[in-house]
Amino acid sequence: MRKVIIAALLLLAPGLLLASETAHLENADIDLRDQASLQRGAKYFVNYCMGCHSLQYMRYNRLAKDLGIDTVSLRENLLFGDAKAGDLMTKSMRDEDALKWFGVVPPDLTLVTRWRSPDWVYTYLKSFYLDDTRPYGVNNVLFPLVGMPDVLGDLQGKQEAIMSPPHEPGGEPMVTGVKLIEQGSLSPEEFDSMVRDITAFLTYAGEPIQLERQRLGFYVLLFLGLLFIPAYLLKKEFWRDVH
Amino acid sequence: MSAEKTENLSWIDKRFPLTETWRAHLSEYFAPKNLNFWSFFGSLAILTLVMQIVTGIWLAMNYKPDATLAFASVEYIMRDVDWGWLIRYMHSTGASAFFIVIYMHMFRALLWGSYRKPRELLWMIGVVIYLAMMATAFFGYLLPWGQMSYWGAQVIVNLFAAVPVIGDDLSVWVRGDYVISDATLNRFFAFHFLLPFVLVGLVFLHIVALHHVGSNNPDGIEIKQGPKGNRWSDKAPADGIPFHPYYTVKDLMGVVVFLALFSVVMFFMPTFGGIFLEAPNFQPANPMQTPPHIAPVWYFTPFYAMLRAIPPMWNSQFPGVVVMFGAILILFALPWLDRSPAKSMRYKGPIFKVATAVFAVSFVMLAWLGMQPASDFYTLLSQIFTGLYFAFFLLMPIYSSIDKTKPVPERVTS
Repeated sequence: MRKVIIAALLLLAPGLLLASETAHLENADIDLRDQASLQRGAKYFVNYCMGCHSLQYMRYNRLAKDLGIDTVSLRENLLFGDAKAGDLMTKSMRDEDALKWFGVVPPDLTLVTRWRSPDWVYTYLKSFYLDDTRPYGVNNVLFPLVGMPDVLGDLQGKQEAIMSPPHEPGGEPMVTGVKLIEQGSLSPEEFDSMVRDITAFLTYAGEPIQLERQRLGFYVLLFLGLLFIPAYLLKKEFWRDVH
Repeated sequence: MSAEKTENLSWIDKRFPLTETWRAHLSEYFAPKNLNFWSFFGSLAILTLVMQIVTGIWLAMNYKPDATLAFASVEYIMRDVDWGWLIRYMHSTGASAFFIVIYMHMFRALLWGSYRKPRELLWMIGVVIYLAMMATAFFGYLLPWGQMSYWGAQVIVNLFAAVPVIGDDLSVWVRGDYVISDATLNRFFAFHFLLPFVLVGLVFLHIVALHHVGSNNPDGIEIKQGPKGNRWSDKAPADGIPFHPYYTVKDLMGVVVFLALFSVVMFFMPTFGGIFLEAPNFQPANPMQTPPHIAPVWYFTPFYAMLRAIPPMWNSQFPGVVVMFGAILILFALPWLDRSPAKSMRYKGPIFKVATAVFAVSFVMLAWLGMQPASDFYTLLSQIFTGLYFAFFLLMPIYSSIDKTKPVPERVTS
């Protein structure tokens, strides 16, 4: 029987080797326990992103509570217009305007790190490059023909595409990466750190409970581990007279 | 027991067979004394079913079966409802756990020959339970109203459209619309709420049948046909022990281990790397935008791989649909396909053992292939494994009768 099991496992092996390769993404290297990073991320998001992108499942006061932001700071730094602390973080731009300006309605970003991934968001924000053929003069390596302008361009600077020769003769050249040709108001390190903060904040927003869930999970496992001891002894005690 | 208690109990017993039921099904239901690891999955299946029903009802208290509200109501549960995230993750992890437990439970039946005489009906009721479970899971998967919910349902309902002549009308009848829509969501919610209670009824029948014929064991020996008399009763099988307390305490231990594994997934990796909760399902359903790659959840993928393995014939996908449903329906015939003199895998011959291993590998490979984007090579692999899956059943009457079995002992081994 053991031989059969080993043979079966060997038969499965080719399947594991076939595992598909994913596009190259940079490691976002975020830390959800770093509240200062999340707070900065929230500030950047509200200032640079929220004009067009909502966080429509996230409430301001939940964010403030989880990120250790007091009511005064919340009101001064994050609440704009007539937004109330208990409101959902909706955007002010109207969908019909968005369609006119960008050709698409910018998606809600509450769950973006869950349907893409934190690494995807991090890499995407760093992958804009100059492209004259696009209405806003920029394109994105991860998201070709993206409708979004390079909102963080002034901070990052200008980037150019690195092209590789086409796969087949006469084909289109391929964009494989970007290189900085003119630095913006932030150094590359400062910009990376800013994008990392935004990514960390969006990862938090994707599932605000995640740290608490893991904390509780530890205690649940501890309890079950302890419960196993009497359960095991009980079984052993009863089964003494069967064996 | 105090006199007063005995009096109360006899008052009840004159009107309802409480003590009698307790004895017949627990304290004097004699199960073989040699049940092993594999027997945990029966009680775990009941546990997961109850957990799904309880968490499901609590989810329904805040869920809105409305195409414009459904997605947001799930996020509302995850964020604003007290402990809503826990209930939701219990339910989503529970769905996958239920299938894992049931697949183990079915594989155990295969190892012990539990589908064989006199347990044919017990097995067949089990297959009906499996079908009802798949229907429940299918209806439930639409409810979060994410991209994968929507397009997965679209693909599966379109299978009905492949039925000759009545197909198109049938698929419209199932959806209640020409595409998956609010009407579909509403009826799927209704069925998703109803079917678990049908499942409870089927599980009741399953246990009635089980307790009538008696539990099988790793040796595949009928303890009822062996010698009589044990320390609890001189009429009971000598190799039997009362289910309660022996197996209740043993299963309790199994439950604790199961809950620990369950908690590891639920608290630390609730999406299980995008397998239990798929990434595209965190995007609301968008009927205008087809995701690049549509695959059902993992527990359906073996059958989905079979569907894709069969090329369209006579301009119709129907043959693929027939093969897919055939893969499940063939389980009903299993009791009559196995002609081996031995019931349990322990005493079956090498051909049967190899066939079972190949079958298990085929099932796992098909599950994996069903998750991958289609390619020529994968389609070829799917065809091979689909062939092996069916060969296991269709060739069983031959290889099980020519196989060299080992002598089956008179009494259970420990």
